[in-house]
Amino acid sequence: MRNRVIQQIDWLSILLYFALVFIGWLNIYSTTMTDENPTIFNFDQPYGRQLIFIGLSVLLIIFVLAIETKFYARFSSVIYLISLASLLGLFVFGKNINGATSWYNFGSFGLQPSEFAKAATALALAKFLSDIQTNINDFKDQLRAFLIIILPPLFIIPQPDPGSALVYTSFFFVLYREGLPSYYLLVGLTAVILFVSTLLFGAIWVIAGLLILATIFVLYRKRKKIRIPVFKMLVMTTTAILFCLSVRYVFENVFEQRHRDRFNLWLRLEHDPSKLNEIRKTIGYNTYQSESAIGSGGLTGKGFLEGTRTKGNFVPEQHTDYIFSTVGEEWGFLGSAGVIILFSLLILRILFLAERQRSQFSRIYGYSVASILLFHFAINIGMVIGLLPTIGIPLPFFSYGGSGLWGFTILLFIFIRLDANRRDDWM
Amino acid sequence: MRKLLLAAIIIIIAIVYIGRLSYLQLIDSSNKNPLEDTAIKAVYDYPERGYIYDRNGDLLVSNQPAYDIMVIPKDVKPLDTLEFCNLLNITKEDFIKKYNKARVYSPRLPSVFVPQLSKSEYATLQEKMRKYEGFYIQKRSLRHYQTSSGANVLGYISEVNEYELKSNPYYQAGELIGRNGVEKVYEETLRGRKGVKFIQKDRFNRDLGPYKDGLYDTLPVQGKDITITIDKTLQAYGEQLMINKRGGIVAIEPKTGEILAMISAPSYDPALLVGRERSKNYSRLYLDSIANPLYDRSILAEYPPGSPFKILNGLIGLEEGVIDEHTTIRCYHGYRYGRNRFMACHCVSGTLNELQSATYRSCNAYFADAYKKIIEKYPTPEEGLQAWTNHAKSFGLGNYLGNDLSTGRAGRVPDSLTYNRAYPDFQWRAETTISNGIGQGEILTTPIQLANMTAAIANRGYYYTPHIIKNIEGTPIDEKFTTPNQTTISKRHFDDVVLGMWDVYKRGTARFVQVDSINIAGKTGTAENFTKIDGKRQQLTDHSIFIAFAPVENPKIALAVFVENGYWGSRYAAPIASLMVEKYLRGKITRTDLEKRMLEGSLADEYAKPLSGEPFEINQ
Repeated sequence: MRNRVIQQIDWLSILLYFALVFIGWLNIYSTTMTDENPTIFNFDQPYGRQLIFIGLSVLLIIFVLAIETKFYARFSSVIYLISLASLLGLFVFGKNINGATSWYNFGSFGLQPSEFAKAATALALAKFLSDIQTNINDFKDQLRAFLIIILPPLFIIPQPDPGSALVYTSFFFVLYREGLPSYYLLVGLTAVILFVSTLLFGAIWVIAGLLILATIFVLYRKRKKIRIPVFKMLVMTTTAILFCLSVRYVFENVFEQRHRDRFNLWLRLEHDPSKLNEIRKTIGYNTYQSESAIGSGGLTGKGFLEGTRTKGNFVPEQHTDYIFSTVGEEWGFLGSAGVIILFSLLILRILFLAERQRSQFSRIYGYSVASILLFHFAINIGMVIGLLPTIGIPLPFFSYGGSGLWGFTILLFIFIRLDANRRDDWM
Repeated sequence: MRKLLLAAIIIIIAIVYIGRLSYLQLIDSSNKNPLEDTAIKAVYDYPERGYIYDRNGDLLVSNQPAYDIMVIPKDVKPLDTLEFCNLLNITKEDFIKKYNKARVYSPRLPSVFVPQLSKSEYATLQEKMRKYEGFYIQKRSLRHYQTSSGANVLGYISEVNEYELKSNPYYQAGELIGRNGVEKVYEETLRGRKGVKFIQKDRFNRDLGPYKDGLYDTLPVQGKDITITIDKTLQAYGEQLMINKRGGIVAIEPKTGEILAMISAPSYDPALLVGRERSKNYSRLYLDSIANPLYDRSILAEYPPGSPFKILNGLIGLEEGVIDEHTTIRCYHGYRYGRNRFMACHCVSGTLNELQSATYRSCNAYFADAYKKIIEKYPTPEEGLQAWTNHAKSFGLGNYLGNDLSTGRAGRVPDSLTYNRAYPDFQWRAETTISNGIGQGEILTTPIQLANMTAAIANRGYYYTPHIIKNIEGTPIDEKFTTPNQTTISKRHFDDVVLGMWDVYKRGTARFVQVDSINIAGKTGTAENFTKIDGKRQQLTDHSIFIAFAPVENPKIALAVFVENGYWGSRYAAPIASLMVEKYLRGKITRTDLEKRMLEGSLADEYAKPLSGEPFEINQ
């Protein structure tokens, strides 16, 4: 049995995984190394601790690969429930670090259950969707699937850790792949577009645009003598208009100032120079520093351990969320583009593997892994290079932190284990 | 379709992000130069500026320490403000204002709190500074003048301006650069080269140690001391003589072209442009647009040379062969050169002049006639004038001399183009330009040009490019200053002219300024000059001019003196010149009466006339 796993295992994914982990560690080392502490086995320093985390990950990998495939499917509900309980337990036993109660404290290190909940949710969702009795086109089953997805973020939001909660939206790609009617995705996409464009251009213009589009649609249908779905159109247009009208209210009253600031910075909404300055000094400062650190790298970068802004700690949180700016500064365009390509390859590889699964459970799980990794990768790097608003989630395999690394490792290797067994499983 | 959506999204995201990265890292170049990185700070080590010595080794300019009180606001602990303010001699309001200004600039970086304390102020403070945390004293170096004269020669130093910052990458904002005079011309020699250390900084601007272990750091190169050709005593004496007068004097050693003195009056004490009062003093000098003390008349003022120019015309006449030492002209109290055109002269009517006597009598008729003969020797006046112009220019007139002074003017020697332009449809002739014969008309010279011409006459036909540098620690001076420039006049023609100039002194217009047993050759000049008052051309009192060299048998000094509106040549310029010659050659003055008269003589009334707004008489 063991031999079969090793024969069937997808070495390319594993290679990509270790490449990313290794490059990630090099950059953590460069970011947190000081001249007084150059030895890599210094376990008071983040780079030394990350080395332990990586070592433990290898143990975790062996463990995950050793377990029978059937275990994951059979115990997915239990794992999911334990995960939910661990999230709930935070409200009682959690430790507050930097204003968020996301941690269990065990002596000198902590565990962050939300990092593991992603894998648990993926398992539970895969289990539910692959059940012979589940029909994704049935509204009740859709509701059940939503419930599985929505429960963990409901517990994560009040920690508060909105970034980690947001990751769960990536499961909608999984549902879509498994046959969720397109209009869910369309409605979601439309909502995002309407929200952003209303903030940018104001409700009046967006509504005017909507009405013009609707008119064109009606005229086109009339000309071609096609039936006009009057009732549907009325409902849709009214909903869209109401949505647009509510955007301002939600933005001003439901959002907090720090959220508003992020949008103001991202969409360049704030024109009052003094307020703009204020934003630049607070959250905009991170973006500015990371952009200019990356920019200063040029084509080939300043070289390993030679990043002046990295050494000078110009970018806050550089070894966690902003680790990619170290890559940009020290390895330049070639290095940072290389990292982007490695990530894309890994995710594409997982997608490819997922599509070749015979077992529906494995496929759905694989799809979840790809979606989660993509979401993290896209949001994190998008934030670091200044394309997306500031949302604090780590870069998988790169960012400093044991829970994050272990969470992603487990997530990925459960799938690699499932994939290694694809010929035998007919679940 | 459903299978491909996510893959498509991955690829699109990868492309968009790589595009963004290529913008940030390859196209946008605002963050590229590693040494201009915000994380790297350059700390400069300034070498001491070189000293300036005079030709005899007397120190002219050295450095003095000045002390700035610096403050780092974040380190300041509560202190006895009253005592501190008393020590620094400032009010409490000043203290609060300065402190807030520093804090707004940066709480973590040092700013100047009180600039440029003197040595004595520093001495009283030094003991007590440790009581005031967050304040410290920083030493810096300022110029210290050992002389109160020669401001125009020495120049001064001040902070670089925007333009210099842009055009010369060496300088950083706030650094000092030589302005004017020797400080400007020998800036690079004097200043040396600053050293630089690159320091890695963190985001709070704290030092993290040397960047790349000092790979790009450089050591400062010491500034060099220079010796200039100026004679400190002569320079100071000349400035004293020119008090209450305006004008320029340049004295040159003919054998070498070294500038012995370069006086511009009115002048100012160079120490005014150093220290705490610098900008106030500078504005005062700069805004004095009437006396214009910052205007270096010795090299910038272009005056009509007047009669001294006759010497040159005599020489050109001899060289062209249109006159010789025996050619005579009878002067009838003037020179008639056309119908109803008459140039008056001082000669008694009927005087018969040959070259030598015409020189000491300064006969207008003789030299106007010589000039006419030169021009008319050639088939067309253009060619004649061109020949004449070439001779004049070979004496360094009408052009920058190529000296090592910070500024200068070309003066003007007219050529045929000048007149073709002035008379586009009128065929001009020798008579049209006859004023050139007596140094009026279109000719303009600066004092240094005329002094150089005198040096060329003293050398009998050649001159060394006037220069102010004598010696730079070990390096020889530029070769162009040690190569003689030949004039177009043959050596043999000079003797007659020099005899005439000697006669000027022995029995001519300068006979009242003789010095015992020093033979001076000279020539007085009285030049008409004009100004515009309310748009109307108005003649002013004549300029008093004198050129001289001495001793005749072995010239050691050649000089040109211009005294603006000093009336006639022997009234101011000749006595001043003779006093300077005596001072330089003898070191002391025997003719104390003359000296007293010159020192006390003032032309203030004369200078007030055109400004009074009322009609006035000239040449009184």
